[in-house]
Amino acid sequence: MANLSLTKTPMPEQDPNIRNRNFDEVALGYTEEMAKEEAARCLNCKNRPCTSGCPVNVRIPDFIAQIVDGNYEEAYKIITSTNCLPAVCGRVCTQETQCESKCVRGAKGESVGIGRLERFVADYHMAHVTEDTPAIEKNGHRVAVIGSGPSGLTCAGDLARLGYEVTIFEAFHKAGGVLVYGIPEFRLPKAIVQREVENLQSLGVEVRTNFVIGKTMTIDEIFEEGYEAVFIGSGAGLPSFMGIEGESLIGVYSANEYLTRVNLMKAYLDNYDTPIRKSHSVAVVGGGNVAMDAARTAKRLGAEHVYIVYRRSEDEMPARAEEVHHAKEEGIEFMCLNNPTRILGGENGEVRSIEVISMELGEPDASGRRRPVAISGSEHEIEVDTVIMSIGTSPNPLIRSTTEGLDATSRGCLVADENMATTRPGVFAGGDAVTGAATVILAMGAGKKAAVSIDKYIKEKNS
Amino acid sequence: MFKIVSKRQLNEAVTLMDIEAPYIAKKARAGQFIIFRIDEYGERIPLTIADTDPEKGTVTIIFQAVGTSTIALAKKNEGDYISDFVGPLGNATEIEGYKNVCVVGGGVGCAIAYPSAKALHNAGAHVDMIAGFRNKDIVILEDEMRAVSDNLYVTTDDGSYGEKGFVTNKLQSLIDAGNKYDLVIAIGPIPMMKFLAEVTRPYGIKTLVSLNPIMIDGTGMCGGCRVTVGGKIRFACVDGPDFDGHEVDFDELMRRNAYYKAQERESASHPCRMLASADEAVKEDK
Repeated sequence: MANLSLTKTPMPEQDPNIRNRNFDEVALGYTEEMAKEEAARCLNCKNRPCTSGCPVNVRIPDFIAQIVDGNYEEAYKIITSTNCLPAVCGRVCTQETQCESKCVRGAKGESVGIGRLERFVADYHMAHVTEDTPAIEKNGHRVAVIGSGPSGLTCAGDLARLGYEVTIFEAFHKAGGVLVYGIPEFRLPKAIVQREVENLQSLGVEVRTNFVIGKTMTIDEIFEEGYEAVFIGSGAGLPSFMGIEGESLIGVYSANEYLTRVNLMKAYLDNYDTPIRKSHSVAVVGGGNVAMDAARTAKRLGAEHVYIVYRRSEDEMPARAEEVHHAKEEGIEFMCLNNPTRILGGENGEVRSIEVISMELGEPDASGRRRPVAISGSEHEIEVDTVIMSIGTSPNPLIRSTTEGLDATSRGCLVADENMATTRPGVFAGGDAVTGAATVILAMGAGKKAAVSIDKYIKEKNS
Repeated sequence: MFKIVSKRQLNEAVTLMDIEAPYIAKKARAGQFIIFRIDEYGERIPLTIADTDPEKGTVTIIFQAVGTSTIALAKKNEGDYISDFVGPLGNATEIEGYKNVCVVGGGVGCAIAYPSAKALHNAGAHVDMIAGFRNKDIVILEDEMRAVSDNLYVTTDDGSYGEKGFVTNKLQSLIDAGNKYDLVIAIGPIPMMKFLAEVTRPYGIKTLVSLNPIMIDGTGMCGGCRVTVGGKIRFACVDGPDFDGHEVDFDELMRRNAYYKAQERESASHPCRMLASADEAVKEDK
């Protein structure tokens, strides 16, 4: 019997005023009953618009039908036949602009909670099933994957399942890329990422941490070691600054540095040596998901006031509505239509305040959003002791500057065709390294596509 | 895991270690650095590479035990392992095309000045070296530096060894004596580098300094190591670590490096690294 409720079955969450003081996960996940109730909202449409909205084409109505029948492990198999990181995607995917945006139920009321159901299935599997490593026959061909973020993990997993001997090279001391250094514990517990990495290792994927391609070894040297193809999934990790006065004052961070100290280096735990600023008032500059993550992290570290300073209005914010909602619930103060003009410091060289200028919205710009225009003479100061710059990142030049024949755009993104092949034979690329900063699921989709292309490339070369 | 192959105490506070890291040993050039992490709970600490042995596959690091991680590292012994060791990071020191160079090291900075001097010496340059220390007890690497320089001048603040005085005075006297250097490399505490750059500025002698700001990843990702050079923000990890000493905003660098000193004092009651080196330098250069 279909559930005709117009709204999603609510997912339990930690109380905002408790969770803004801990790093435990915010959303607690569905119980079996809730999952079945929500699954019953799916109409199992014939033409499956949701699946076409998924970058990795998860067979959504099929897995949801299995939940209705209580066959959770079957649902898991359906999801993982095209998506190797369901516990991650169920949490951080932007379903509202992808699968859920196409859901027929969304025409009147809320779409089916596809992301929540995916998460339920993945969590149920992790809690109840011990992974059996499938016996995979190795084909004797070696592939190198650079970077262990979403695109690299996906590409490596798909290739390993096809029998390739895959080595992942990771610059940091821990695998996971943005999933471990960027996205906070309270949105994506690191134990889940660790489990996904271990699953890959049980498939025979070798993970070599502390290995910076472009420095420790070049792509040419990777080929010399006997690898037949390379996938570059090195992401977009280079932080941008505004270029305004005061950005080198003590207390100014890039969001990357702030989040890495807390997420990867565990500055919030006493038994780790990593230092982080003890802030009273924090201004986070930017309106994306990373800005929300940084703001909510600062709040959890004890800041009394955390402001989001964003030059456009809330309607133009690139962050997910859910993240904005969570941030507001947790007491983050939004100061939209304000653009920083300079950061002011005290005698000790530490941040004292940030000066912003009020903005108003003018005509639409190239992005289709209304262009923010400064209101002259409206500069005013906000008293803060910490400023976190979260205005975007771009791809790291380390690889392209050390690899002949690898073309990049003027913005530093690697050039790759529709099959993820770069301008250098045998070298493929995908994810943020190609697109510039985007989403986890788009990177995974690119990693998947690249795995297919690499398989084809190696087979053709050896035939 | 990375094995400590050998360990040698150079003075009471300064330790030399050879770490097994064959890929880095093969690749590293003078001026580049590594980042180590002692265990799961440790920080990522950058250290400039002092030497390499590509055949043995070892990388030599020399460090002063003054922060949480370096104190812990100094307690490790031959045969022990540390969890992480990554590199070679940063750009190599430019050595091509110089004929007459003066390399200046201050204190433990000599460990970084030494490989640069060696690379220049091997490239055929005439190399004078000035190595400054507070006193006789902390002199390090004297034989090594002598072997790669045409003239080695050791100075001590108190005159207990070599010439009494500061490296700035010595460089000034060498310039006054008619030495025509086409490059000066200065490596040591920040105030020492700052004042050395002032010695060479009037003569327009190109002066390179090696900066070691706070950083996390060492690949351009965190931006924590940003320094102002010629009015522009640069990342020491990918744009450096060597910069034109006449362009660096040393005062800002000193403030930024002191960023976490209060917290570090809290976390362990030990003398802070930056304070120690700053004090040392102030003594050297006052």
